[in-house]
Amino acid sequence: MKVLIVDDEPQIRRLLGVALRRAGHEVAEAEDAASALRLAKGERPAAILLDLGLPDRDGIELIPLLKAEGDPALIILSARDATEEKVAALDLGADDYVTKPFDSEELLARLRTAARHAGRRGEERLIAGEIMIDLAARRVERRGEEVHLTRKEFALLAELAAYPGRVLTHGQLLRTIWGPAHEKDIEYLRVVVRNLRQKLEEDAARPTLIVNDPGVGYRLTR
Amino acid sequence: MKLFLGAAPGVGKTYEMLSEGAARLREGEDVVVGVVETHGRQETEALTRPFEIVPRRVSDHHGRPLSEMDIDAILVRAPALVLVDELAHSNAPGSRHPKRWQDVEELLTAGIDVYSTVNIQHVESLNDVVASFTKVRVRETVPDHMLEQADIEIVDIPPDELIERLKDGKVYVPEEASRALGHFFSKSNLSALRELALRRAAQAVDAQMLDHLRAHALAGNFAGSERVLVAVSERPEAESLVRAAKRLADAMRAPWTAVHVETGRSSDFGAPERERLARTLALAAQLGGGTASIPATDVVSGLAAYARDYRATQLVLGKSSRSWWFELYHGSVVDRVVRSAEGVAIHVLPVAAGIGVRHRGRWREGLEARPYLWSLAMVAATVAACVGLSQLLDLNNVAMLFLLPVLAAAGRFGLRPGLFAGLVSAFAYNFFLLPPLYTLSINNPENVIAFFVLLIVAVVTSQLAARMRAQAELANRSARQNAALAGFAQLVAEAASPDELARAICGEIARLFHVDTMLFMPSPTGAALVAAVPGANHPDQLDLAAANWTLEKGKPAGRGSDTLTASDWLLQPIAKGDKVLAALAVAHADPGGAPIRSDELPLLLSLVHQSALAMDRMQLAEAMRELDVVRSRDRLRAALLSSVGHDLRTPLTTIRSAIGELAQSSLDPASAAIVDALDGEVGRLNRFVANLLDMARAQAGAIKLAIEPIDLTDAVASAVHDVRKTLDGHEIILDMPPDLPMVRADPQLLHHILINLLDNAGRYADPGTPVRIAARRGPDGLSLAIRDEGPGLPEGKEMAVFETFTRFDGSDRSRGGTGLGLAIVRDFATAMDVAVRAERCGDPQGARFILSWPDRLVVRIDPEMLA
Repeated sequence: MKVLIVDDEPQIRRLLGVALRRAGHEVAEAEDAASALRLAKGERPAAILLDLGLPDRDGIELIPLLKAEGDPALIILSARDATEEKVAALDLGADDYVTKPFDSEELLARLRTAARHAGRRGEERLIAGEIMIDLAARRVERRGEEVHLTRKEFALLAELAAYPGRVLTHGQLLRTIWGPAHEKDIEYLRVVVRNLRQKLEEDAARPTLIVNDPGVGYRLTR
Repeated sequence: MKLFLGAAPGVGKTYEMLSEGAARLREGEDVVVGVVETHGRQETEALTRPFEIVPRRVSDHHGRPLSEMDIDAILVRAPALVLVDELAHSNAPGSRHPKRWQDVEELLTAGIDVYSTVNIQHVESLNDVVASFTKVRVRETVPDHMLEQADIEIVDIPPDELIERLKDGKVYVPEEASRALGHFFSKSNLSALRELALRRAAQAVDAQMLDHLRAHALAGNFAGSERVLVAVSERPEAESLVRAAKRLADAMRAPWTAVHVETGRSSDFGAPERERLARTLALAAQLGGGTASIPATDVVSGLAAYARDYRATQLVLGKSSRSWWFELYHGSVVDRVVRSAEGVAIHVLPVAAGIGVRHRGRWREGLEARPYLWSLAMVAATVAACVGLSQLLDLNNVAMLFLLPVLAAAGRFGLRPGLFAGLVSAFAYNFFLLPPLYTLSINNPENVIAFFVLLIVAVVTSQLAARMRAQAELANRSARQNAALAGFAQLVAEAASPDELARAICGEIARLFHVDTMLFMPSPTGAALVAAVPGANHPDQLDLAAANWTLEKGKPAGRGSDTLTASDWLLQPIAKGDKVLAALAVAHADPGGAPIRSDELPLLLSLVHQSALAMDRMQLAEAMRELDVVRSRDRLRAALLSSVGHDLRTPLTTIRSAIGELAQSSLDPASAAIVDALDGEVGRLNRFVANLLDMARAQAGAIKLAIEPIDLTDAVASAVHDVRKTLDGHEIILDMPPDLPMVRADPQLLHHILINLLDNAGRYADPGTPVRIAARRGPDGLSLAIRDEGPGLPEGKEMAVFETFTRFDGSDRSRGGTGLGLAIVRDFATAMDVAVRAERCGDPQGARFILSWPDRLVVRIDPEMLA
């Protein structure tokens, strides 16, 4: 897989390059927004690691532009950890957000997940731990037994299952499931998540299936 | 453009828009549907059938299809009229404009007419108002200028009917939200929204009317909302008229103004009348009305002209109970106003006559002898001249000469001396010139006519001349006043600082009225003198008391007022609305005299009013400057913090990645141990940097809260996951009731609080002991406790742990704390209004940290709501 690293710090580019090559990826490097756009167009990378603090342009603006070049998997790497920035990046189409300093192994794992699912919906059938979700048949099983879900619960689970491993922001989930008028009604979302956990998780107080990203959103782990 | 404005969803805006569009279609116009939300309702669907519907543009957003109005297709299709539902809609990311109203603007610019719909709660300027009573804040707003440029049609149904429709399921609401919206659709809310919609529509129409009037300079009455005008005179009853007008205006929520029309008659006023008039106008200003004095030839035309300019809709007049023959002769002012002020509702209030008050003043003036002696002398001179000339000229022509003294007397001294000169002339003509001479009898019938003609001409001429004189005097006085006002406005506008402004006000008023002045402003210790002219002036105890009274009550005090009259000074409040900005004191230069002449009071009040405007503007400017300073300081802080954060984290990232790479390579056991130690230390350094930045943020007051409902189960699970390394070896026992209500908090701050508390527990708990996390709903809120088993806290010093860099004896550095964690916990919790405390525990020994949310931060939500 060809991966484009966009970061203005040469040390970080070098180390990321080492880690990526070790994992068997091909690497291209860009130090600013202009060369990032040029390389994204010319090299057609399958994934991009994007730092938000670039010298010539705010990385946030680049997200839709880079996504437009063949829809690569896009992971934000940033020292900024303000939740609103994460939400903005994810809402603009980034597939994931990793805060610096990061663990190389975790980054590689996130990159694999993002690359697997970028640009297309997940499978019709998904197995996550003890849970089997059949999107087409609208059927959910836990340890082989059917679990009855309300319409909202199923809609939320299906939306998360469509992008397994990826954080969907509160706004994205609320807009899709409740409609644009309710994109700030986080309490709806929280109640449905809680109900889902009580039906699906081994221990609802220690969720492993539907995981919270504080202030940002939820992700389905598998 | 036409906007269908509704008070709430479900009133039938879309239906109305489609019906009107269909009517245009039937008239043969080219109408298409740009976007219409039918919400699957068949009646609405049926209505869209006659139209050509421009297909929506479907975009792919993360693989999810989102459909939006296709503005390019509409521009290419170029219909005469396009129907666009829901003007407030936000477009999908990646659309040309983020908001649908911007699409509509583009369509309008391209010459395509648009019909659209919007609910009142989406109007930008009303967003706060609506949120304040519905408790539902709408994020999607439409700027007010969209309403201003549109024809507005109100789609209105009574609240009861709407609630009925809602119950019948005829209103589209996402079903899962219907309970929440139950509150929104309460009758009181709907009534309030409806009133807002109607008023906003009226306001938009009003603004368009003003533009139209300006564009076409139409004279006429087009007021869209109410404006009340009350005509006041010098009579004592005028005050009750002012109060009546105020009540009327309050009931209509309309602006109002008290106006006095200055005619020639006004110049005859004595001091008491002037004072009463000034008091009446001051009362109007005090009650929140505007005031105006306008010169005019007569009351009726002046009033009608002003009502037209002011676009008054309501005019309040007093009608005195004068005798019927007085009205027969003069005509009723009220009747004439009714005839000349079309389109204005006139309220007539009966008031007592109060006759005689005015006449005393007039007679006193009339008794002065000199004008009459002068008139007599002029007539005598004319007689002498005529006797000489009568040898040469015809008698009747000579009579014309008598008009000269009449004109001169009337023009110079006014009406009464003029009439006197006319009478004397007529009789002198008869006595000295008409045969038989030196008698008052007349032989020739022709000469009888000549005598009476002279008499009538003399009377009329003197009246005309006197009126002209009065007008000229009035115009002169108005010009003086206007010049004074303009000069004053200029001077106060030039003032660059509050001190300079205070000196300018004192200096100008002292110069214009030949008085001494002082200016007081409120201070923590009461009235403080900020300027005085001459500078040596100093208030004594009594003056200060008067100044304090004026500043407190916003009413005049001191000499010539109702309060503290023993002071030599008259204190006038300088107030904007209810806010008293300052008190102006004036005093006559020599101590005994009245501070200011009663006829100068209106001008003084105007200047005081102007001063209030200038001071208010100055204070606003100061406040803005201060705000700017604060803002730029905050920006600087935020920038500094983010740059420091970036600079510290970048090398950490490199080091951590490097260690990661080393760990992946095959190392001998000794090197692997070193790499492992490095990894642990970098992790610690990273946490320290994070804490330092958090601390700096909290200390700099740079915390920006983003409060949202939070499920504590969620928050605790995330925090436990993030500190799993520190908590290694400790069992985490969670005691979170499944029906625990949500709380309001900032998710990120709460995350940092929990991480620090858990980190603390992990480091201080004895190895192998459990850490317990328990949440409880109490009678006055909700609490979350984290309990560890370890050395605990020293007795009596439990709260000291929250101080920066506090470490207790026995809690040595090997525990690896930064000394910042708990201070951050305290600061972040305080910022969110969450209380935090630490407790010592026995059996087993340890510490407990408790976060408590007050009841108002507990989210009340029916868990069944979304099932």
